[in-house]
Amino acid sequence: MTMPYYVAPEQVMKDRAEYAQKGIARGRALVGTTYDKGVVIVAENPSSTLHKISEIYDRVAFAGVGRYNEFDQLRVAGVRHADTKGYAYSREDVDARSLANVYAQYLGQVFTHEMKPLEVEILVAELDPVGTAHQLFHIAYDGTVADEQRFTVLGGEADAIAHRMAARFRQGWTLDEAVVASVSSLSGPTRRLRPADLEVAVLEHGPWRRCFRRVEDDELAELLARGEPAEMAAESSAGEDAGPGLATEETGEGAPGHA
Amino acid sequence: MSLPLFPSGSDPGPSFVELLRRTRNAGAQVPAGGLADIVSTAGPPGGLATTSLPGVAHGTTIVALRYDNGVVVAGDRRATEGNMIAHRSIEKVFPADRYSAVAISGAAGAAVEMVRLFQTQLEHYEKVEGTTLSLEGKANQLGQMVGANLQMAMQGLVVIPLFAGYDLRLQKGRIFTYDVTGGRFEETDFHATGSGGRDAKNTVKLSFRERLGRDEAVDLAVTALYEAADEDTATGGPDPLRGIYPVVATVDAEGYRRLEDPEVAEHFRHILQRRSERDEGGASS
Repeated sequence: MTMPYYVAPEQVMKDRAEYAQKGIARGRALVGTTYDKGVVIVAENPSSTLHKISEIYDRVAFAGVGRYNEFDQLRVAGVRHADTKGYAYSREDVDARSLANVYAQYLGQVFTHEMKPLEVEILVAELDPVGTAHQLFHIAYDGTVADEQRFTVLGGEADAIAHRMAARFRQGWTLDEAVVASVSSLSGPTRRLRPADLEVAVLEHGPWRRCFRRVEDDELAELLARGEPAEMAAESSAGEDAGPGLATEETGEGAPGHA
Repeated sequence: MSLPLFPSGSDPGPSFVELLRRTRNAGAQVPAGGLADIVSTAGPPGGLATTSLPGVAHGTTIVALRYDNGVVVAGDRRATEGNMIAHRSIEKVFPADRYSAVAISGAAGAAVEMVRLFQTQLEHYEKVEGTTLSLEGKANQLGQMVGANLQMAMQGLVVIPLFAGYDLRLQKGRIFTYDVTGGRFEETDFHATGSGGRDAKNTVKLSFRERLGRDEAVDLAVTALYEAADEDTATGGPDPLRGIYPVVATVDAEGYRRLEDPEVAEHFRHILQRRSERDEGGASS
């Protein structure tokens, strides 16, 4: 009779976490932040059809990094969850917090019980219906939820990007400023990202009930052009902003299946 | 509620109706889904084949007509229960999505529920698939919902919607009507349904011409409702005392736009002025 090998639970969890982190690090990062009129999500994504950022409900947006097929499945499930809830109760009863919890439950469940954890990190953002208390829920591959009101970074190099972002963040900044800062935080000191390499979307109150809007390439180019001079000035005054742990060469190409 | 995930064989795809049906079959905690319940289960046993169940509110006249680059949809605000006025201010014209409108006549409860399901269905498709349905696709979806309501219609709860929208591909307004079995018919220029539908339709018919402007079309729709209210007891006219006016909306390249009440009131003032001028010399009909 063969005895099953004993593997310490700590080791199992560690291996799974490492596996998931590796998968996520292969994809490209994204930044979600609040600004004076809403929430903006900026993702590095050269594809114009396979979106990393999408609409869930009237005031709720979704963004994912890691394995595309896995976070897209989560996105569709989120749309289903929100639409069912809004239909059964009322549109205003759909909120990001409960959706984030449902995602966290599922990711945690898969992480502890399945062979393979999901190689994704997701962001659920909600626009405050009246004030400026917008919410960003960052859910990790193991189901850990973090609640942010300023900004959050998902994906590979998250720590370095978050460090750069922290140096730039200002409460109540404009959309131009927020996008420029997010883009330069994503690109780092050595690279330059063009509008075609980016996917940007906002949650902002407008004439329609649905607040999600994509910022297309033309508008994005304009916006970056407007905001860049200010960014230059800020950068020179901020001086050395390259933080510790930045000694990484950022890979030019993402791995297949990872966005 | 847990995350609605499905094995690949039984995935409901972009259909919200199908999603409701599957989550219910799986025994999930989805609260009663109104019309979707009716869709998936047979109605109560027969023998109730009356055309007016007691206590069921009925919505009345709606009218739609095409203009040079869009379509106008209007509906009065009255709901009746038999010979009583059930509500003075119900709404029968709704945005289905950004480029289409749906208007309802018939059993008000079931109709409003159908509109809610239809709106959710269109938006759900758009979000899951990442593209919008064609106008034709939307019209067919609504037809299926009307058809699924047949059982209830046989028992007197008839719902007849009218669907109108701006076709982004053909760049023009289009109007679709339905029969009780879900049959879908496209109207070329205008249509009206409900108890005052005949009067409304005749009014539009007499003044309709190609290439009406938006304002002229709105005026014609409002006139049609005025005439219907004049002849049909179940159709509500303008109510300046309470400030209740018909819902009038236009759909064109700019999307669904509902006219503000003062604007509609202004149209009614014009109608009354024209009438009184006409009737000044002779006896009024």
